[in-house]
Amino acid sequence: MTYRKQYKAVVAGASAGGLNALKTLFRGLDEQFDLPVIIVQHISPNAENYLIHILNEFHKLKVREADEKEVPQNGFAYLAPPNYHLLIEPDHTFTLTIDERVNYARPSIDVLFETAAEAYKDQLIGIILTGANNDGSKGLKKIKEFGGMAIVQDPETAEVDSMPKAAIQTTVVDYILNVEEIAALLNKLARG
Amino acid sequence: MKKNQNESLENQDIEIRLLVDAIYQKYGYDFRNYSQAHVKRRILNRFNLSGMKNITDMIHESLANRKFVDQILMDLSITVTEMFRDPAFYKALREEIFPLLQSYPFIKIWHAGCSSGEEVYSMAILMKEEGLYERTQIYATDFNPVIIKQAKDGVYPLNRMKEFSVNYQKAGGKGSLSDYYTINSGDAKLLEILKKNIVFATHNLVTDSVFAEVNLVICRNVLIYFDRYLQDRVIKLFVDSLPEGGLLCLGSKENLQFSSHYHEFNPLIPKEKIYIRKYLL
Ligand SMILES: C[S@@+](CC[C@H](N)C(=O)[O-])C[C@H]1O[C@@H](n2cnc3c(N)ncnc32)[C@H](O)[C@@H]1O
Repeated sequence: MTYRKQYKAVVAGASAGGLNALKTLFRGLDEQFDLPVIIVQHISPNAENYLIHILNEFHKLKVREADEKEVPQNGFAYLAPPNYHLLIEPDHTFTLTIDERVNYARPSIDVLFETAAEAYKDQLIGIILTGANNDGSKGLKKIKEFGGMAIVQDPETAEVDSMPKAAIQTTVVDYILNVEEIAALLNKLARG
Repeated sequence: MKKNQNESLENQDIEIRLLVDAIYQKYGYDFRNYSQAHVKRRILNRFNLSGMKNITDMIHESLANRKFVDQILMDLSITVTEMFRDPAFYKALREEIFPLLQSYPFIKIWHAGCSSGEEVYSMAILMKEEGLYERTQIYATDFNPVIIKQAKDGVYPLNRMKEFSVNYQKAGGKGSLSDYYTINSGDAKLLEILKKNIVFATHNLVTDSVFAEVNLVICRNVLIYFDRYLQDRVIKLFVDSLPEGGLLCLGSKENLQFSSHYHEFNPLIPKEKIYIRKYLL
């Protein structure tokens, strides 16, 4: 094995209960954590992006809404805008679309994860957090198929356990952990 | 297993490129510079519904069967739209842009990528209420002939009108949206008087050229589907259609920031993505 850092990006999906889980995750990340974190949090279509303001207080990672054609930068976290799917292009730039909902959701976690898996292949970490449906399961499976790492919040510790449970049933995941432990693991992986 | 995955991904991408190329060569619809991840998702969706064995079969079907191509055209169009979509944008038009237009003897507007027309009729209503419509000419274009036909008809399911009414009110509507349509067996049909100064036509932003000088270009939620190269090309079309001081309106998640024509415009109302073509000294 080389000593080169394997991972280039983190994608995370959350639904019901996601705000608290994301806060905890961000609080647990090292100050110098520098992988881009790309997030789909299910949210009402008309929501002002208050999430960004809240999360920005929790970490030095600068949180902002993903812009179309933007290239994810180290040291930034990106949230999919309400009512748009967020896709990752092969050159890693963001695409936003308004085609139909997937798993009743737009943004959908599967859409982000599936496109990110193809773009980042084995250099991607995927995380499924708390939520009340099964969005993200297919995407996480795809991340595994391309050699990336799959992490799921321990359903026992999730505010709503269906989404993590569904993910665990669909894929043989690498880690099932509580959110604090996920943060600690990310710190370790980011250091390489 | 990983290696196999990467190889089948590569093969799939090649097949999709060949399909896109075949459609271009045979029918002239050019999706080669649309966002790759987006085109792929749409084509794989169609593939899954088609029951075909592989994507190469889709190439054969596309060459032999125009109906199948029309279907793919629909898949790639993403015609989702609404009346007064993003009400704050229309409010800004009404309150901040129209006062600028009041002094014009004649106003020309181009709606590029107008889909089924909801946006165009919204504009017509707004202009009527502000007393501008009578001296306005609207060109409303889309590359999809099926959707342009719907736009011309101006008939929408009645059950959507409630949502549209809410938007209309938020956009500062002066009356009631129902003043502008008649009801006919479950459908709302927009009034003929709204159509008087609108020309609907097919126009492909990728392959067709500039056709008129206009004061205002509205192209919302179309450029997001294009790659950066194609966005630049299309923005050049708009530059060539607009005189100095002409206005360009983009969708709420679109911007000129990454465009090589950025320097040709000044942001006028940044929040609503309204830009003004710079005056050249
Ligand atoms: C999401 S709709 C936007 C409708 C409307 N402007 C709005 O914002 O609500 C995108 C439209 O762009 C059209 N479109 C896509 N590619 C085009 C092209 N090359 N030339 C012209 N129109 C195109 C599609 O057919 C579709 O109707």
